[in-house]
Amino acid sequence: MGKTNYTYAVARIRVLETALFTSAVIEQLLACRTEEQCIQFLQEKGWGDMNTSESAEAILNREQEKIWETIRELGVDMKVFDVLSYPNLFHNLKAAIKDACTEEHGKNLNIYYEDTSISPDEMLEIVKNKEFSRLPAFMAEAAREAYEVLLHTRDGQLCDVIVDKALLEAIYAAGKEAKDSIIKDYAESTVAIADIKIAVRSQKTAKTMDFMKRAMAECESLNVAQLAKAAIGGMDAIVEYLAGTDYAEGGKAIAESPSAFERWCDNRMIQTMQPQKYEVFSVGPLVAYVLARENEIKTVRIIVSGKRSGLSDDSIRERVREMYV
Amino acid sequence: MSQLGMVYALLGAAIAVILAGMGSAIGVGIAGQAASGVVTEDPSKFAKVLIMQLLPGTQGIYGLLVGFITLSKIGLLGGGLMELTTSQGLLVFCACLPIGVVGLVSAYYQGKTSAAAIGIVAKKPEQFGKAMLFPAMVETYAILALLISILSVTNLSF
Repeated sequence: MGKTNYTYAVARIRVLETALFTSAVIEQLLACRTEEQCIQFLQEKGWGDMNTSESAEAILNREQEKIWETIRELGVDMKVFDVLSYPNLFHNLKAAIKDACTEEHGKNLNIYYEDTSISPDEMLEIVKNKEFSRLPAFMAEAAREAYEVLLHTRDGQLCDVIVDKALLEAIYAAGKEAKDSIIKDYAESTVAIADIKIAVRSQKTAKTMDFMKRAMAECESLNVAQLAKAAIGGMDAIVEYLAGTDYAEGGKAIAESPSAFERWCDNRMIQTMQPQKYEVFSVGPLVAYVLARENEIKTVRIIVSGKRSGLSDDSIRERVREMYV
Repeated sequence: MSQLGMVYALLGAAIAVILAGMGSAIGVGIAGQAASGVVTEDPSKFAKVLIMQLLPGTQGIYGLLVGFITLSKIGLLGGGLMELTTSQGLLVFCACLPIGVVGLVSAYYQGKTSAAAIGIVAKKPEQFGKAMLFPAMVETYAILALLISILSVTNLSF
């Protein structure tokens, strides 16, 4: 008889999903004229809490914290979610390397993510003391290499490329090892989308084939060598290559506009999560909820900052992501 | 005379009660986990999810019913204990098997279906009627097994 370990947690998530923003709610938010109206709208929807200040950033940060508070309350094995925290963990590694290599040797608190498995202070200490063996195996070698590169060449971009590739490889490896299909799908989509982003940006900035090979990570749904070769050939070649893969829609988005492509990247992940709406006993709906909440917060952030900067509604709407529910 | 016939007959009654009861315990447990998850976030749905949780509980009652009928048939409840041959005992045992085995399996799957249906209630409470039909469909097979067990036990001629 099959496992039903997540029955309680999934049922709770099903109720919480009813509070996720639908496209209609996003339209209502878009209809707000000013940032202040947006904040008022969000507060009426229960965003933030009594102690949150009236700033949009504080409200959005509080919502981000609420995601993990909710998941911890469910009493499930948090190791399943490790892979979702890798981007923040590797971001902190980049920040620590840059902090450690600057003359001040101080810690710029604003650029670290809190609530990671290795705290920002510990990460900085590890990098400063070059004790890379204290890092997880999937980080250690990349951390050492990125640190040496930044120290000797002062090439921040190369340092980022090394750490970002290690991140993609770590996510992909975690997907391969995972028993849950949702983690496999998440890993595959994340790496493939990142590779496409690298190809598009490299094409725009005329990067070399070597650069792309150094930055891209292998995955099943894309042939990295062919993608890099297409990027050298031009944007049309990328679109043509993608037309023969699962990411044909991405090619159309590239042809449409840069913001349409960025939106497609996020939409593609949400589409990958859609089948989890019908799962009852696996961890999938929990992972999908976390990603859906993050997508929701990102979309709200885009709208609020658009209102703050005085962008037109059409211009903001072009950047609005697809909602999970 | 050997008591083996009575042993088989009692084993049949025990199988009906134990297996069907186990199935219901598992099924109600699974549905109960889902129901608890919903009520944690939205206590107003308590009544609806409670009904869903109870659905897999019926197999245990069916097993109990067949158990009672069997005990009555062999005279254990009425005071006049029958003397059963081995083959008669085995007949009673076989008659009890349908509700035991089908009760176990159907209650388990009904529990899982109830948990899934509770997910419908969680998101769309107005669809409660439709949601209840899905686990109720599983019940059909427990009822069929119950019928066969009752008909078999009551129609054994000894």
